[in-house]
Amino acid sequence: MHEFLTGIFFWFAITVCLVGMLVRFVQYFRGLSWQLDRVAYKAHPKAGMKGAFRSIYKWLIPYGTYGWRTQPFMAAAFFGFHIGAVFVPLFLSAHNIFLENMVGFSLFTLPAGIADFLTWLTLVCAFFLILRRIVLPEVRILTTLYDYFILFIALAPFVTGLTARYHVGDYSFWLNLHIFCGELLLIAIPFTKMSHVFLFFASRAQLGMDFGIKRGGMKGTRMAW
Amino acid sequence: MPEGKYCNKTPINTPEEVNSLLSDTSGNQYYTEMQSLEVDSDLLWATIQKTLKSRLRTWLEICAHCGMCADSCFLYLVNDRDPKQVPAYKIQSTLGEIIKRKGRVDNAFMRHAMEVAWAQCTCCNRCGTYCPHGIDTGIMFGYLRGLLYQQGFVPWEMKIGAGMHRAYRAQMDVTDEDFVETFEWMVEENEEEYIGLTVPVDVENADIMYTVNAREVKHYPEDLAEAAILFHAAGENWTVPSEGWEQTSLAMFAGDWAACKMQVESVYAAMEKLKPKRMIGTECGHAHRATVIEGPYWAGRENGLPPVESIHYVEWLAEALRQGKLQIDPSKRIKEPVTIQDSCNYVRNQGLKNATREIMRHIVEPGYFVEMSPNKEHNFCCGGGGGFNGIGLFRKQRNKGLEKKRDQILATGAKLVLAPCHNCWDAIRDLEEEFKIGIRWSFLKPIIIKMLVVPDHMKPEE
Repeated sequence: MHEFLTGIFFWFAITVCLVGMLVRFVQYFRGLSWQLDRVAYKAHPKAGMKGAFRSIYKWLIPYGTYGWRTQPFMAAAFFGFHIGAVFVPLFLSAHNIFLENMVGFSLFTLPAGIADFLTWLTLVCAFFLILRRIVLPEVRILTTLYDYFILFIALAPFVTGLTARYHVGDYSFWLNLHIFCGELLLIAIPFTKMSHVFLFFASRAQLGMDFGIKRGGMKGTRMAW
Repeated sequence: MPEGKYCNKTPINTPEEVNSLLSDTSGNQYYTEMQSLEVDSDLLWATIQKTLKSRLRTWLEICAHCGMCADSCFLYLVNDRDPKQVPAYKIQSTLGEIIKRKGRVDNAFMRHAMEVAWAQCTCCNRCGTYCPHGIDTGIMFGYLRGLLYQQGFVPWEMKIGAGMHRAYRAQMDVTDEDFVETFEWMVEENEEEYIGLTVPVDVENADIMYTVNAREVKHYPEDLAEAAILFHAAGENWTVPSEGWEQTSLAMFAGDWAACKMQVESVYAAMEKLKPKRMIGTECGHAHRATVIEGPYWAGRENGLPPVESIHYVEWLAEALRQGKLQIDPSKRIKEPVTIQDSCNYVRNQGLKNATREIMRHIVEPGYFVEMSPNKEHNFCCGGGGGFNGIGLFRKQRNKGLEKKRDQILATGAKLVLAPCHNCWDAIRDLEEEFKIGIRWSFLKPIIIKMLVVPDHMKPEE
């Protein structure tokens, strides 16, 4: 089982994820319509790029926008969750040893203590994000079972990974389950709401181009996000 | 009865058809007929497949249901934080549902969608600036309005408004002759007080081509005189077109995209005929949005720009004051707390926040200008935008919506509110009528004229 998960199934999952993301990313931009969207993307590429870049980076900074500042607790839970969810999978040392074995290169790695902290941070913040969905009426009305399913596939690799890391129960069982959950997540990225991991950049870029070209950018006003 | 006499899927195109629909008082029969108007699901789904491209599709798909848009919406806030007023919920439960059901929705659903699209969203686009994913629900509601209009599920006044543009190329039954005659008459009324005052009609190659809002012609003709006085005082070489003078577009509020195109093309034709250096529109927000910001796209202009540089009245005023073309008598400046209403349509949607503030520096004694909170691109809608002011059926919801602006104004302590936008001006007038908070409101033109240093050549001989 372990060989299957770290061999052929790994290659399958990573291929589906990367090719899927690429295809959908290209499809997104090809599907933009200057006339229906009412944004002259091609006529003003420079103004568009400026707006797109600004729209993305402002929102990536914790408390960098009015939106984040008006909801400080949400912003804390959001960034806590996402910093762990992005950094741990990419920069955990065990992941990079595996990567080195598979493809012959690895990325920067996090010290174990920090990786542990970020993993727990992700889980704690996820708890608050779920609590928010249950407690706040304005979030509850929007929440569907599908949202919990997405949270489940996002969190499963963290829970199983921590269980294996602390050697609770049968280590090899939890390790295999962890790898399997991680690979399921990779496969889910292009086909589910998980697509936001890359479509976030596409969507933010689009609205940024809108503001950069049409809604003030070419008048010399940068949107005060 | 699938199609009614008044309520149906066919746009109205002629003055006779407009009058016929107007004769149905308050749209009583119109709304009765709407209850049995058939939904053409095939047309609905075919339209969606043709026009719902990756931007809107992705917005609906990746919405994280996080609810961060809730607090950004004034209608959510004034309606006791009703979860059904959360922008994401409003669009997912209408447009999202229509798409999920591939257009197979019934009459009751469409009437509900109409109420949400016109009474629960003013397309102010504020939520779009508070969504981490950059999802602009206001834009999606504009799209939904288009689908509803095509199916005949549109408020009575909106159908009439769009029909007016089709029949008259104006939002009201004002003909080209009415426009020119009214302008000339208003100038005559004032030519004794302001020597040399004229209205140059159809002059080619002028520096400025001025366009207006038809209701100025019909209900507030003094506004035309004020525009002429200020252009004359500033020594501008200006003109008005005898055709293509109407800058507004109720068709935009109605979602009648074909009429939007007809309307804006009439203004662009005037630009192409008269070849002015610039076009300047009156103190109206949606008119600027329709003709300058969105119009180029309806007219199929790939560069997204009108045929000649087109600016808002506040940009011209700021420039004329800066360059000294218009001189203010400092002793007549405003000496009481005064605030300014930032219009969504040209502030949030074209970044013109600095022009009005530059004007305030010229016309208000230092220390008396008070900002609203929030302000500039984060300002709330006046409460009556996107057609909301004009829809009798939703008057109660609109009046409730005014509470946010009322509270913002009260918090400034100002008794005078400057509103260089017809919609905002109406909403603020109505909120005073509704809540009696003791405020006055005004466009900029009359305020400036009161404190203007009239150039000698315009002064009547004693």
